Amino acid sequence: MLKNRFFATLFVFMLLFLVACGNKVTDQADAKERKKATELILATTTSTQDSGLLDVLLPIFEDENNVKVKTIAVGTGQALEMGTKGEADVLLVHAPKSEEELVTSGDAVNRKRVMYNDFILVGPKDNPAGVSGEDINAAFQKITEVKANFVTRGDDSGTHKKELGIWTAVNIEPTGETYISTGQGMGASLQIANEKNGYILTDRATWLAQEKNLTNLQIVVEGGKDLMNIYHVMQVNPKKHDMVNSTDAEKFVEFMIDSETQDVIESFGKEDYGQSLFFKYTE
Amino acid sequence: MELIIDGLRKAIEMILTGDREILEITWLTLRVCFMAILISSLIGLPLGMLLGLTRFKGRKVILVFINIGMGLPPVVAGLWITMLLWRSGPLGHLQLLYSPTAIVMAQVLVSLPIVTGLTSSAFQQINDKMLLQIKALGATKIQTIAILLKQTKIAIVAAIMAGFGRVIAEVGAAMMVGGNIQGDTRILTTSIVMEVSKGNFDVALAISFILLSVALLITAALTLLQQRKRLS
Repeated sequence: MLKNRFFATLFVFMLLFLVACGNKVTDQADAKERKKATELILATTTSTQDSGLLDVLLPIFEDENNVKVKTIAVGTGQALEMGTKGEADVLLVHAPKSEEELVTSGDAVNRKRVMYNDFILVGPKDNPAGVSGEDINAAFQKITEVKANFVTRGDDSGTHKKELGIWTAVNIEPTGETYISTGQGMGASLQIANEKNGYILTDRATWLAQEKNLTNLQIVVEGGKDLMNIYHVMQVNPKKHDMVNSTDAEKFVEFMIDSETQDVIESFGKEDYGQSLFFKYTE
Repeated sequence: MELIIDGLRKAIEMILTGDREILEITWLTLRVCFMAILISSLIGLPLGMLLGLTRFKGRKVILVFINIGMGLPPVVAGLWITMLLWRSGPLGHLQLLYSPTAIVMAQVLVSLPIVTGLTSSAFQQINDKMLLQIKALGATKIQTIAILLKQTKIAIVAAIMAGFGRVIAEVGAAMMVGGNIQGDTRILTTSIVMEVSKGNFDVALAISFILLSVALLITAALTLLQQRKRLS
């Protein structure tokens, strides 16, 4: 009987070891097969990842170049910060003014324009502020006037920075209980707006992907020229940070502006949503 | 209500059709958690025994820190490990950030105090008279430890279960140091957060059912092990 228990415990421990070591063995076997794929850290925004675009693009890039791309999806603020610290190799973000600062400071190089989509203002179905049309500035003013709920990302993301730009343009500083700051990604923030009957600025791609869950919201303002949401790709400067994988980063930049990739980008989403989620926009 | 049934149905669907990605994610979760609890046990059990049985200067201070460690918020552990493993950090050259190893490190950091603290409590409770009796019967050090382990088995397995509970629930630190990278560091908990933020509540619920089932199976096995009647 004692023997049984001893063997049982031994068996359990063996299993644990096997489980723990098995991982290493398969990794090594895989690695040898793939001729040791290099690793590329891509810092991008939650909106690009949540839209599903990267799930389509990255496998193409990885296969062609024998690279393993590690996608870190965070807010634009964090992505840019990772670039400044050299913690990422290449960035794909959508905050042009902040990106330009990085280029000036020498932290980002080889910056190329990739694609765009647009921002839209969505709001509660009963539209308490009665906003519509194309003029986003007027909409923001009206919402402040009637003190309707406005939900903001508040997380230094590209969307947040765009929203702040509009507040600056209309000379209003949003405060008070009706200005709800979530500090989270677009999906989570949209859900909060849905629950709290709030207006919120969002990119069209995330809206289309989540529309089915946001039963209390509708598009109220769209189409204005100042609502363009432009994405750029850029390398983290290898001269400033020596651990950066600049070879693959350069390949990634070339890949994103390549005409075949551009076609894939524009056809993405057409099947599921009947429209493109992102549009070609190289220089 | 409908959502919950949807989630349950989706979970069963995922398991039956052998959804490749879910299997990968579940397997990775198990690997990472087992590795973490293994390391924590290998270090924590002897350390706990030492702290429980011996008396030395500064022992009480160490115990205080271990007990504080039990309450260490995992997200704080994640932040510290991130700063350690950054390229610009002291261990940056190891390139461990955004790898399963980093997740194991964070999990060990939060579960080790739990295993150590609870084990040391168990050993501190051993009656002094029993220790004397064992000595009087002429047991060697190894025999003593073997006997004491049998006596405290229930508490020790409880310590391991508590540690395991902590690591299987890990999400904040795993997100930070792992990066939730598909095929690499995406585990059940971080997948749930991601699916919720994408608005896929049914998928999130399904994954949560799978996670609960896994935790249930392992905890049940450990409990059975714990409760088996002593023969001696």
